[in-house]
Amino acid sequence: MSEDGNLRGAGAGALADVDESGPASFVVDLPAYAGPLDLLLALIRDEKVDIYDIPIARIAKQFLLRIRVLQLNDAAEYLELAARLLRIKAQMLLPRHGEVETWEDPRAELVRRLLEYQQMREVVDILERRGDERRSRFARAYLPDSGEAVAAPLALSLGELLTAVDRILRVTREPTVHTVVARTLDVAGAISIVRSLIAGRRRASWGELVTGDAEPWQILSMLLALLELAKLGELRLAQPRPFASVEIENDPPGEIA
Amino acid sequence: MIPLVKLLEAALFASPRPIPVAELSALAPEASPAEIAAALDALREHYDVDGHGVELAEIGGGWQILTRAEYTEAIERAQLAARPQRLSAAALETLAIIAYRQPIGRVEIEEIRGVAVGSILKSLQERALIDVVGRAEGLGRPLLYGTTPLFLEQFALRHLEELPRADELAIALRPAPQPL
Repeated sequence: MSEDGNLRGAGAGALADVDESGPASFVVDLPAYAGPLDLLLALIRDEKVDIYDIPIARIAKQFLLRIRVLQLNDAAEYLELAARLLRIKAQMLLPRHGEVETWEDPRAELVRRLLEYQQMREVVDILERRGDERRSRFARAYLPDSGEAVAAPLALSLGELLTAVDRILRVTREPTVHTVVARTLDVAGAISIVRSLIAGRRRASWGELVTGDAEPWQILSMLLALLELAKLGELRLAQPRPFASVEIENDPPGEIA
Repeated sequence: MIPLVKLLEAALFASPRPIPVAELSALAPEASPAEIAAALDALREHYDVDGHGVELAEIGGGWQILTRAEYTEAIERAQLAARPQRLSAAALETLAIIAYRQPIGRVEIEEIRGVAVGSILKSLQERALIDVVGRAEGLGRPLLYGTTPLFLEQFALRHLEELPRADELAIALRPAPQPL
């Protein structure tokens, strides 16, 4: 970046630059920078400036330029540091009254954070190196998660195993097979039975339709036939109380209309 | 090899984790600490001098038999073992801060890194590299994090003091001549 040839417009111009950028789509995942401080440190290194005497205007402009180039406008953490830089710049511009000793450099806090961050980066380098060293050597068995007790292997003689297999085979020699026979329901037949029963009468009861020795398929067919006829409006079903016999009322279509 | 060395070798071979010296001593109660130390030295020398595919390493406050680095690729190519995954730069930064400042809360870590670290803390905790070691006194009693023995193990550190002290870290950013 050699944008810094023009220092004059670094002030308000920096903000205006960002405003122009518009709603650019954003990319947060930047392998190059681990965060705003990382970016700021990279800038200070690239621009070869003294960390104890950072030319805030220039660095702030570069910072804003770079987060625009990187389309990081939406990354709040970068914007937060950008705002901080501009604030420091504003404080630097304020006229200083009184003695020099009482004046506190508004950049001091930023410098402290940068140095702290830089120290931490050095530790990261150490950890990275040590971690790679360790990763390149295998222990006898790598345990990804700790705390799980190792189960003792099962102790079993061949004789015991064969006895167990024999026992299982004997028990399961004759498999029980159930033959399932599908029985079709005769709903149409049941409907004609019901129709003929109630043809000349006003009411009938469930007991008249289904005899005590009826097969399940007959009972089911009758039930479906009654429900079907009730749906068609040919009869009405009523049950005075739970589990009482179902009463069937003749309800010819003509009467409804 | 003397019996004590063989005993220690067998124990170290059986364990997937580094064995602390105290536990090695418990294997042979009649041996003095000096004898244990001498036996470990003898075993390490045995591996180094006689030319073995494994070596004895002092890691995470204990001792562990590890394969030599030059065979790692061959072992991995044959899919006999796999290297654990590397941590991301963000995870390493977070881990470095915790290693130096423990016990430390999330807010303090974020202040140093300048970014949110909630999800990273969770994944470091899942990998058992850090753990909650207490709660701070302040408002909301925030959780405090510290590194685990597994951290030392995975970064081949004998103990935390093996990391350079904060004031020993060289500052790469030296005052440069005033520009312009």
